[in-house]
Amino acid sequence: MIAHSVFFYIFSLIAIVSAVMVTVSKNTVHSVFFLILDFISISCLFIMIGAEFLGMIMLIVYVGAVAVLFLFVVMMLNVAEQKGQWFSSRWDGGTHIPVGLLVSLIIFFELIVVIGGWKYKPDLLNSLSINISTEVTNTRSIGNVLYTDYIHLFQISGMILLVAMIGAIVLTYRERAGVKRQSYVKQISRERDEGVDLVEAERNKGVKIDV
Amino acid sequence: MDSYFSILFTEVYKILFLLVPVLVSVAMIVWLDRRVWAFVQKRRGPNVVGPFGLFQSLADALKYIFKEIIIPASSNKLVFVLAPVVTMTLALISWAVIPFGEDFVLADINVGILYLFAVSSLGVYGIIMGGWASNSKYPFLGAIRSAAQMVSYEVSIGVIIINVLLCVGSLNLSEIVMAQQNLWFVIPLFPMFVIFFISALAETNRPPFDLPEAEAELVAGYQTEYSGMMYAMFWLGEYANILLMCAMGSVLFLGGWLSPIDVFPFNAIPGPFWLIFKILFLFILFALVKATVPRYRYDQLMKLGWKIFLPFSLFYVVLTSSFLLYFDLLPGK
Repeated sequence: MIAHSVFFYIFSLIAIVSAVMVTVSKNTVHSVFFLILDFISISCLFIMIGAEFLGMIMLIVYVGAVAVLFLFVVMMLNVAEQKGQWFSSRWDGGTHIPVGLLVSLIIFFELIVVIGGWKYKPDLLNSLSINISTEVTNTRSIGNVLYTDYIHLFQISGMILLVAMIGAIVLTYRERAGVKRQSYVKQISRERDEGVDLVEAERNKGVKIDV
Repeated sequence: MDSYFSILFTEVYKILFLLVPVLVSVAMIVWLDRRVWAFVQKRRGPNVVGPFGLFQSLADALKYIFKEIIIPASSNKLVFVLAPVVTMTLALISWAVIPFGEDFVLADINVGILYLFAVSSLGVYGIIMGGWASNSKYPFLGAIRSAAQMVSYEVSIGVIIINVLLCVGSLNLSEIVMAQQNLWFVIPLFPMFVIFFISALAETNRPPFDLPEAEAELVAGYQTEYSGMMYAMFWLGEYANILLMCAMGSVLFLGGWLSPIDVFPFNAIPGPFWLIFKILFLFILFALVKATVPRYRYDQLMKLGWKIFLPFSLFYVVLTSSFLLYFDLLPGK
């Protein structure tokens, strides 16, 4: 049990320190690396409380896919210069501070509500209709709940993601003129008759080729 | 606390017992790769150091160790040094869940296949970190290419894994192997096996999908600025990943440690040897592909991943699940 709590404190310390470092570090790419470290230590915490499925999904989805795209964007867009402007240039009246304050206040109140509910209703787990047994693996129990009781919510969230994806494609798609496309079928099905053209060449005249 | 340390020591002993053979076989597999490649092209390959050139990799390793490690002045030094370490570590930790036999596995965890998938999806960070920290054009281009490639092909590998899981009903690797006692999944899921093999080639940056290190365009991709032991670590990590993909293929489709037919001369051979034979078989296929197929163009690679493999494997998920449901074969009720 001692080892368990030692590992818990190690992982949570790493998680908190790296979360702070995400916002503090000057280099944006370093921020993303700290974010990845944060994700990894949080998935370690998930595994420590026995939610191994959530921990692994956290690794696969957030670290394996989302953070890679973050890194991509940060490396390509040269955010470093932008950030340098924000930090070094003279006071611009703090236009972005009210929005930031609003968002963090909302998150703060949400956290208070959640933690308060947990504190004043300690039998929250028992009051739900789901019975959690330790017999089955948590992959199976998540599946049992997600695909039966919450199937509509699950499908709705899937539809929302699909709409978001289509929206992103529509917004960024530009049809460019003069793009040559390759058609495998056309290339493979080319016959000798249409590929080769025999021309009678007159001397000293040359041949005109239609392209 | 005392028992904790005794557990720790036995675990460390087991880990060493697993990792040392893996590292030695990675060195040997490089030799095998070059040998097969040479034989296909009617060359001799490395045949000078030791019998059949078996010690060539050892000689190479000695050379790498004694070479100077050069860290570019304009590089981001910490990340630059960390990148090969990350690649190597991630390539080795995934071996923990590979079952070599019944009860012959380091960590028999419930979500073994998800662990393998997660670790292999982390593998991209070694490459991105190396490419970015070098602060040079070619490594960066190689790293970006590699990241896009690995993320794309992981999606199809994930869907292929779902196909296998539908037939097993468990995420545990030992149970996946035991479910194949009567019929290896390579027979009912043969198209998925082919797609898995090709996606594994792309995932490990092997030819014909070695665009991240296409030497004609990008010098050596993300490894351009690396030298000495750090380069060797990238290289070891890459081959350990290839071996891991072969092991994953044999566990998912070729029945892991099970013998092909359950009769006397075959089932007398212990399970780990069968797994090793299967890994070697898949690896020789990898080497043959490297020797025979020309490199893909980048847009063709992306088209293959997103427009052909992903829809086809999604279709196969629907097919497999409807087949299992119709014939009432769904496992784990």
